[in-house]
Amino acid sequence: MEDMLFYDRLQFAFTISFHYLFPVLTMGLSLIIVYFKWKYLRTKEEKYNKIAKFWMRIFGVNFAIGVVTGIPMEFQFGTNWAKFSEMTGGVIGQTLAMEGVLSFFLESSFIGIFLFGEKLVGQKVHFLSAILVFLGTWLSGLFIMATNAWMQHPVGFTTLENGNFVLSGFSELFTNPWLVPAYLHNQTAAVVTASFVVTAVGAFYLLNKQHQEYGKIFVKTGVIFGLISSVIVAFPTGDWNAKNVVKYQPITFAAMEGVFETQSTDGEIVLIGQPNMKTMSLDNKLAVPGVLSFLTYRNFDTEIKGLNEYPKKDWPTNVPGLYYAYHIMVGLGTLFIGLFFIAIILLWRKKLYQTKWVLWSLLILSPFSYVTNITGWYVAELGRQPWLVYGLLPTSAGGSPTVSSGNTLFTLLGFVGLYFLLGLLFLILVGKIIFKGPETQK
Amino acid sequence: MELFWYIALITMLTIYVILDGYDFGAGIIYLFFAKKEKDKKAIMNAIGPFWDANEVWLVAGGGVLFFTFPKLYAAAFSGFYLPLIMILWLIILRAIGIELRAQIDNKLWHIIWDKTFGVASLLLALFFGIALGNIVRGVNLGGVVDGVSAYEPHYFFLPLWNPSFSPHAETLGVIDWFTLLLGLIGVISLTIHGAGWIIFKTNSDLNARLKRLIFRLNIVLLVLSLFSLLVWGSIVPNPFGNFINHPLLFIFPLLTAVGIAGLFKIQGFKKDWNGFLFSTLFLIGGLVSTVVAIFPKFLPSTNKINPSLTLHNTSAGHYGLSVGMSWFIFGIILVIGYLIFQYRVFSGKLDDIGYSEKH
Repeated sequence: MEDMLFYDRLQFAFTISFHYLFPVLTMGLSLIIVYFKWKYLRTKEEKYNKIAKFWMRIFGVNFAIGVVTGIPMEFQFGTNWAKFSEMTGGVIGQTLAMEGVLSFFLESSFIGIFLFGEKLVGQKVHFLSAILVFLGTWLSGLFIMATNAWMQHPVGFTTLENGNFVLSGFSELFTNPWLVPAYLHNQTAAVVTASFVVTAVGAFYLLNKQHQEYGKIFVKTGVIFGLISSVIVAFPTGDWNAKNVVKYQPITFAAMEGVFETQSTDGEIVLIGQPNMKTMSLDNKLAVPGVLSFLTYRNFDTEIKGLNEYPKKDWPTNVPGLYYAYHIMVGLGTLFIGLFFIAIILLWRKKLYQTKWVLWSLLILSPFSYVTNITGWYVAELGRQPWLVYGLLPTSAGGSPTVSSGNTLFTLLGFVGLYFLLGLLFLILVGKIIFKGPETQK
Repeated sequence: MELFWYIALITMLTIYVILDGYDFGAGIIYLFFAKKEKDKKAIMNAIGPFWDANEVWLVAGGGVLFFTFPKLYAAAFSGFYLPLIMILWLIILRAIGIELRAQIDNKLWHIIWDKTFGVASLLLALFFGIALGNIVRGVNLGGVVDGVSAYEPHYFFLPLWNPSFSPHAETLGVIDWFTLLLGLIGVISLTIHGAGWIIFKTNSDLNARLKRLIFRLNIVLLVLSLFSLLVWGSIVPNPFGNFINHPLLFIFPLLTAVGIAGLFKIQGFKKDWNGFLFSTLFLIGGLVSTVVAIFPKFLPSTNKINPSLTLHNTSAGHYGLSVGMSWFIFGIILVIGYLIFQYRVFSGKLDDIGYSEKH
């Protein structure tokens, strides 16, 4: 049974992490595509239409892989987490079904029209279909976040005699205090990733001295979207989420910040250090006193509760993993804000396109914007452990009673092989589109 | 209330089979009959703008099943673990084939993705037929051995096959001669359906050949369907009870018959959409008749100890089902709107739409 749970979790973690690399770009990029298409309609300059179509082509490949890797996610609730599905289906089945009916159809119908229907429908409807694709992807995100918010902080349900949960308040699923901050945080983080991708392609063109006119537009647009979104990710949305964690999952908060012992005053914020689970302390710690208290309670002296206050069985099962995920997310996020800020200053002083070290940094750091999104999700998911539904349903009780670990390992290996192929093909294809550039878009 | 969702689910499933069915069928035609690049492009163009929206019906149907009948969803998805995951792999491979083929203009590259797309389409048609067979035949709910349940009464696990390939064996497998028979019916009927779609949406040189093909395959389909009717009684107890009690339901077997009869006239049709129309009637009739035959069961139990899974003993809470109705009806109206818009934009022949030439 131990093995079983391990493979189930590994398969879900692997397939969802890989899957999310695609929606994270589609959600952010759809917004930027709407912007370019709007810019074209306003200025009537053909280059903006070419840019919109260039990004839509990349979007199309990305979207297709997002769809096909997304179907296994929905199936896996039933195949690998049958007990969880049976017990919670009456509640979160609702939001997942809403995603299918209300947003997937919207996205998939209009992406076809956007990609192949420009000549058939005319410019206005073409612009409208870009907006509808954007709307569809963001609605999709909303339903997934509502589902996850319920698992983090269950509301609006009653428990039946047999232990199953049924819905008792539909609107509570969407007024869940966990939902709004988490949703905004997640969506703006997706915009950061898309901004980085657009900027990086532009920086690549400028450094490589090809398609330079487009390179400049990409870099300019990318850093503006990038600075705005990366600031919003940290403040107010990141801050707001952290306060929710303190309020609803205080143990998780202690673990992610690496607070083993309660700090009665001057709660210190840890910058670097490695959790040592034998000595229950941080090795090689570098910390600033008072800051954590201030960030959390707007007061430098407030007490911060440590893991020692809680019984060990309630701790997140992987404290070091959670701690690293959180620190990588925050560390990189801070770096992004700094870099975009420098880029904006240079843009304003008309020096950005010639400042090679900044272009190089934007190019090289862009893959790390994916890392921050994935580690952010690890914070949420590792932080929720040892629960599937926080405080109600332990992870160990959610698996499929009849599926053996051998079968799960078999399918896990299959997914690893298949997704490796998918990833490789994606890179080749998108690379090809990027090399070719926007000019040849018909 | 449960009945509303039962009908909603069957409707979504049927729409899924009709829509994704034609692109599976087109894939099978593609594998065996499209030799010239021009024909291949015509077929790709005919399904290009639609196939992923078609697949959404599967995803949305899965979501609705999860939400309305969670117990069934949990039991069936874990019980059919291996075939379901394999279906997922096939769906992924097939999608890669469609999307990636046109991206690089190289002969070897085309060969790989042509075969991937074609073979995956063929296997998916077979698997979906087999799946239907499994649902009708039922499974050993609770994993009963010697009168004792191994699991909770609604859970089970099915291996891919058992050595005897018999639907009456002690330990059942996903593939036996009965489910395989439905699998074959699935392949043949979707091939006809796909051919009908290609005739409808393209001016390909293949069309005249496809009409002859439909005629021949239709003979096979008729034989297989009659044969399945013959063995029906040995699989489903009281196989026609629901129809006799509710004679209105005879409309569905009738649709099947009309479909087959109409397809025999394929050579004489004036309008290019007629073939597709009759294969659609066959699919609606065949699918709904099969499912309705075991109503109110979703998944029959093959042992005497644990009850079959029905729409009554697997449904979610009453409140959830009733609030769900409002957004569902609203959503489906929107979906129908999108569909009409989408099919109007891409109406007529699609030979030159450019889906297959995006490099």
